[in-house]
Amino acid sequence: MYSEKVIEHFRNPHNKGRLEKYSAIGKVGNIACGDVMWLYIKVGRNANDEEIIEDISWETFGCTAAIATSSMVTEIAKGKTLKEAAAIQNKEVADTLGGLPPVKMHCSLLAVDALSEAIYNYLQAKGDVIPEVLVKRHAHVEKESKEFDERYSSLMSKSN
Amino acid sequence: MNNDIYLDNSATTPVSEEVIEAMLPYWQVEYGNASSLHSFGRRAHIAMEESRARLAASLSASEREIIFTASASEANNLAIKGLAFSGINKYHIITSQIEHPSVGKVCQWLEKQGFTVTYLPVDQEGMVDPDELAATITDDTLLVTIMYGNNEIGTVQPISQIAEICREQGVIFHTDAVQAYGKIPLALENVDMLSATAHKLHGPKGVGMLYLRRGIKLSPLIHGGGHERGLRSGTENIAGIVGFAKAVEIAFAEMEVLRDRLEGFREQLIETITAIPKTKLNGQRKGSLPHITNISFMAIEGESLVMKLDEHGIATSTGSACSSPNLEPSHVLLAIGTPIVMAHGSLRISTGRRTTQEEIDRFLTILPQVVEELREISPFKINT
Repeated sequence: MYSEKVIEHFRNPHNKGRLEKYSAIGKVGNIACGDVMWLYIKVGRNANDEEIIEDISWETFGCTAAIATSSMVTEIAKGKTLKEAAAIQNKEVADTLGGLPPVKMHCSLLAVDALSEAIYNYLQAKGDVIPEVLVKRHAHVEKESKEFDERYSSLMSKSN
Repeated sequence: MNNDIYLDNSATTPVSEEVIEAMLPYWQVEYGNASSLHSFGRRAHIAMEESRARLAASLSASEREIIFTASASEANNLAIKGLAFSGINKYHIITSQIEHPSVGKVCQWLEKQGFTVTYLPVDQEGMVDPDELAATITDDTLLVTIMYGNNEIGTVQPISQIAEICREQGVIFHTDAVQAYGKIPLALENVDMLSATAHKLHGPKGVGMLYLRRGIKLSPLIHGGGHERGLRSGTENIAGIVGFAKAVEIAFAEMEVLRDRLEGFREQLIETITAIPKTKLNGQRKGSLPHITNISFMAIEGESLVMKLDEHGIATSTGSACSSPNLEPSHVLLAIGTPIVMAHGSLRISTGRRTTQEEIDRFLTILPQVVEELREISPFKINT
């Protein structure tokens, strides 16, 4: 069912946990299956003085595919400029993992949404112009989050 | 890998040596068609009828009342659809919300054919209320079908009480006893139909049976050469049937001893696992099937828990939405009122004849580590 690569990232996930110092968080939940992903980014600058994702990590409550895509999306995004990171598509995440079962493709979408949310939140807090693709994804995430918060209120209240 | 620990015996079981031995002659030596006139056929026929007698004896039934099928799913379909289309002018069926899909989906399909179905709710342990059932029966009720023991959480229904109500009201009663048959003593006095299968009892896959009380008429699902008294055409699977009977013979001979041992394991599993913070037992604390234990873990997801355990060579299963093809959490866990978030983190551990104390101990050492590992990468922190 799962590719070797998915199993490998599930068993030894990269960039797991919470960054000690982060610039922004992206929090997303998937209504379809109930998975939750929190993605942390630390923004820095490269030699051309562009803003880049200097460090990145995640915390995920979800299945094998959700954990593997969390690992992979952070691998792909690390070191990229914010503009490049915002352009990452879920298909790229799935393909790099050697494909996902069709019923699990939404996990890759969740991973990309979490990254987009983190960048969105960073730019918004800073008062920068937010690319349209991020605004669109943010609207989608917002829409789903209300139902989700209700479902997970018992857990949310217990989390730090 | 010899170190593997198989704790998914509710899914299927390894076939016992004695069963394989009993089956062996029926492929290359005694390969006759039980319908043939010659000696090959007669010997196959005798083997089949001896097996039928053994199964009948296990249910205190007569041989005529045992119909062989290719699975328990088929037996459930035959019982329910077969009765629905038998020509009785009644169109109401009563079942529960926690049935196996081979009962639940059949009932849903019959609704599309014009039948009315009542899906009885269950309490927090998964029990049907016999009084509620009695109140639901009408003049139009054709059939009540309630499973004996639940395949996900192990809850055992008050079958003798339910069957008695049905008998008093003149309603036919069927029970899916796949998980209970051969595991616990069954109360069958007023049961009219019962489904069972070999592969949950260390027998082969591909053979099931329907007990059908004499006098009840069914319409067959499979028409053809008229095997199984016209109720199930198709050349009989002699090796499978012989294996089924052998497995049943062993299961009934060992039942008491095995039941005690598995109940001991269940106690240990519940005690140790529920000592992990934010866990909850799903199903009955006492009176459950001895081989099934279902526990939910807050803040982790069942599929990844199953996969993590698999990494350690441990086979289990889950009712998590992530593990189902339609991304819906287990209907059984939802029916007993499990919050979605806890259904998401459910783990089913099912033991069997081969399960050892050493395996249970090893599993219980690994499980808390794996739970800790997954909780560590979860955004929801459990304050212990």
